[in-house]
Amino acid sequence: MRADIVVIGGGPAGLAAAIAAAKEDKSLNVLILERDNELGGILNQCIHNGFGLHTFNEELTGPEYASRFEEQLDGLGINYMLNTMVLNVSSGSVTAVNSNEGVFTVSCGAIVLCMGCRERPRGALNIPGLRPAGVFTAGTAQRLVNIEGYMPGREVVILGSGDIGLIMARRMTLEGANVKAVCELMPYSGGLKRNIVQCLDDFDIPLLLSHTVIDIKGKERVTSVVIAKVDSNSKPIPGTEQEITCDTLLLSCGLIPENELSRAADIKINPATNGPVVNESFETSVPGIFACGNVLHVHDLVDYVSEESSRAGKSAARYVSSSIISVGAEIRISTGSGVRYTVPSIVRPDELDSDLIIRFRSTGVFKDSYIDVSFNGSNKIHRRKQIITPGEMEQVILKREDLLNISGDICIAISES
Amino acid sequence: MDTRYDVIIIGAGVTGCAIARELSRFDCKVLVLEKDEDVCCGTSKANSGIVHAGYDAKPGSLKAKMNVRGNEMMRSLVSELDIPYKQIGSLVVCTDESLRGGIEELYNRGIANGVTGLKIMEASEIRELEPNISDDVVCALFASTAGIICPFRLNIALAECANQNGVEFKFDSTVTGIEAIGSGFKVTSSGGEYCASVIVNAAGCHSDEIHNLVSSKKYHITPRRGDYMLLDRSCEGLVNHVIFPQPTSLGKGILVTPTAHGNILIGPTAIDTDNKDEAPVTSEGLAKVIEGSAKNIKGVPVKQVITGFSGLRAHEDGGEFILEETTDCPGFFDCVGIESPGLTACPAVGEYMASLVADRLSLSLKSSWNGICHDVKKPFELSEKERAELIASEPAYGKIICRCETITEGEIIDSIRRPLGARSLDGVKRRTRAGMGRCQGGFCSPRVMEILSRELNVPLDSITKNGGSSKILFGRTKDES
Amino acid sequence: METKEITCINCPMGCRLTVTMSGSEVISVEGNTCKRGDVYARTEVISPVRTVTTTIKVTGGSVDRVSCKTKTPVPKDKIFDVMAEIGSASCTAPVKIGDVLIEDCAGTGVPVVATKDVSDLLV
Repeated sequence: MRADIVVIGGGPAGLAAAIAAAKEDKSLNVLILERDNELGGILNQCIHNGFGLHTFNEELTGPEYASRFEEQLDGLGINYMLNTMVLNVSSGSVTAVNSNEGVFTVSCGAIVLCMGCRERPRGALNIPGLRPAGVFTAGTAQRLVNIEGYMPGREVVILGSGDIGLIMARRMTLEGANVKAVCELMPYSGGLKRNIVQCLDDFDIPLLLSHTVIDIKGKERVTSVVIAKVDSNSKPIPGTEQEITCDTLLLSCGLIPENELSRAADIKINPATNGPVVNESFETSVPGIFACGNVLHVHDLVDYVSEESSRAGKSAARYVSSSIISVGAEIRISTGSGVRYTVPSIVRPDELDSDLIIRFRSTGVFKDSYIDVSFNGSNKIHRRKQIITPGEMEQVILKREDLLNISGDICIAISES
Repeated sequence: MDTRYDVIIIGAGVTGCAIARELSRFDCKVLVLEKDEDVCCGTSKANSGIVHAGYDAKPGSLKAKMNVRGNEMMRSLVSELDIPYKQIGSLVVCTDESLRGGIEELYNRGIANGVTGLKIMEASEIRELEPNISDDVVCALFASTAGIICPFRLNIALAECANQNGVEFKFDSTVTGIEAIGSGFKVTSSGGEYCASVIVNAAGCHSDEIHNLVSSKKYHITPRRGDYMLLDRSCEGLVNHVIFPQPTSLGKGILVTPTAHGNILIGPTAIDTDNKDEAPVTSEGLAKVIEGSAKNIKGVPVKQVITGFSGLRAHEDGGEFILEETTDCPGFFDCVGIESPGLTACPAVGEYMASLVADRLSLSLKSSWNGICHDVKKPFELSEKERAELIASEPAYGKIICRCETITEGEIIDSIRRPLGARSLDGVKRRTRAGMGRCQGGFCSPRVMEILSRELNVPLDSITKNGGSSKILFGRTKDES
Repeated sequence: METKEITCINCPMGCRLTVTMSGSEVISVEGNTCKRGDVYARTEVISPVRTVTTTIKVTGGSVDRVSCKTKTPVPKDKIFDVMAEIGSASCTAPVKIGDVLIEDCAGTGVPVVATKDVSDLLV
């Protein structure tokens, strides 16, 4: 089998990348390989609204947002295969399996990695206690409620106040469950304020900051969990234990980019994102393999996923269409104080056709602080921000003409005033 | 239904199932009674998965004999029953020159027990074999016959093989009473009453209670909990052998080992408890596992943990395997105190106990017996051509359900349809590995539940994690009731 | 005079806003650090509204639940009335995104629309 571009994953990133690639060069044969039985990825189970404000200037639900992309595929001649699991990726070749073709290999000009991310399971959180039924990751519970139409619990405690945990607190409440508390290990929530107000406050669900689950009880089904307050090192404080009767514990404790294929292809991974190191074109350390969406770094807004993925798809199309190999300078984008990572982390100014958007996350909560961008040690941008939190991605835009004239590294940092 | 058997085996763990398979060679009617919903639900499901060489136990003890014989038998058993197994060898590592004597003592004990392939290695040689070994390494006892095995497949395959040779199994049947009647016994269980000429007690942590129902000589088992951490397959290569510290009175200490499926396993702790049915993981236990694993191996990537679990060892006060016909209750046979090296020993225990029972009942061998159980299709272990043929004839083998472990719908369907097939999520997991990977069933569990529901023809919300009241769901949304 | 405490949702600051009211008239908003907080507070205290997103039963389709939403936000105190009406309603496949499934949900005057396509079983 042969395709010009193989896109691995048909979620929001894969759809946007495929569409952008096909639009960039209509002669290209673009193939999406999707492991699930429908396109759309995680958007299918995200039936709440709030998607698309940046992309479509309206508030859509997840399935509606996905359909806006899916309906473009036919017109652009983009092919896709469902129930198809990619087993192996290397430069110019993708091996996959499905029921119709068995194990097959697609040779291709470029690959776009859009595998998304998975949830951190209970086992990876070292939560002590028994292992009864009734412990779910929030996303698994979301699938059971929203797609399968079943209730995974009646009396619920949620650990983790990321947006999925908050959304599920509301969702379970609306379907008649009693959500008794949302516990958050950190002294702040990783979720949007809007979700705290509209998913918890609206229903009088307590948000317990600096709390964690220290025991799970129940031999067959969860009967209770024990929570405790934690100190500044996230260690439970003796004497603060509180047992909450419940039948279900939902976990919303972080997402991990699914980079097993990338690692097997010897693609360089950034330990801060757990995603590939990419340049301004979203190209990984292996030429011709691009990465975007949550496999690259975990996003809080799907609009940013679509936008970055469009750029990745476009770059992949250009890579296939042109035989020119870039020889221009490579500038490293380094992280200064307060910045956990940036995407991209390398820029080749010669390859830019527009200004460069750099997205990044902070290491903690900063109030009344400044975002500083320096070129080779001298300050270029000094922008005041009232608040910066790790839960909300930040960005700076660097002008193409400025980048063409610099030498040395770019450094992004957060300074407190 | 005829409820009269020649032999009733109580317990469907590795010991009970190994005895069942050996007894199935003989012309007799055998029933295995299991309190849980499936085989492999007690000590057999949560252990180190190690095939021990046999240098630990005291020479002359049953533990020593059964270990060495079991190790020897295991090598052919794994090919007869298609059990994932690797004879990777083990190292008992000494990190303190003053304790070198302990390594020599183990070596001598091993020789006395008849263990082959033993050798005391010095630090330089160990470093070559194990680049991540502690800088403090002094020497180690190398045992070439030690290995790693999939304990689930071992248990399940023994049961399936016994079943294909006529042994019956009843699940959800907790034995509550045993009464001597005439020349045999009446067994009362939560699943019904059954009669047999001979009883074999292979009830693991509960084997003392079962024994004490019929005998005036009382046994006492202390469940000794062991916490483990399982690390992601990306950690493969951290160690190449089973790495033990020097043993203490409480056991073999915290080991670091590859598993038969390419993960890294660290643990176990040894904590005496009083609860035979619940083995909670504790944060203190996990901390000890982490601390212990660091003693011998540098840079154990404990952040790559994908799950923690704990198991219970059936430690009898005497510290020895009790494998005998109870003196004050003829026809009642005990397998009591089967703790480590119980997994390694099970083929030998099966052989030994079956011969005792066969003698007792003067059983004769069947004219035909099929000891091979090799029919589980694993598409990703086939050649390209075979796999293509399999998927062409059975397309479900081309549809991946568990992404982390690359397990297909075909394998899951087979695990349910097989004799003694899976009836719960955990049953499918132990048979196929679906849900055992790094996402721990986050993606595949709803899909596995759907397949179970379809294959067993039961509603989705009746599917359980592991039987009993471990239901996953509470009915439908938008339910008017 | 009456005061209400609410949290601003416009940005991660999450300013605690104190709204002083006289009957249904807002006298003052305090605690906000920007203009958006003032605007948000005035709407939120007088007529808070929310879009309800959930699923509804569907018969004759490839699946038996389809996602749906109130086409526009409904008064916050009507959320559970809306859920109850959606809970007892059902629709028939095929369903297209945007199809009106309930004309006027729980007396709010707001329709409930499908947010996903469902093909019928025959297709």
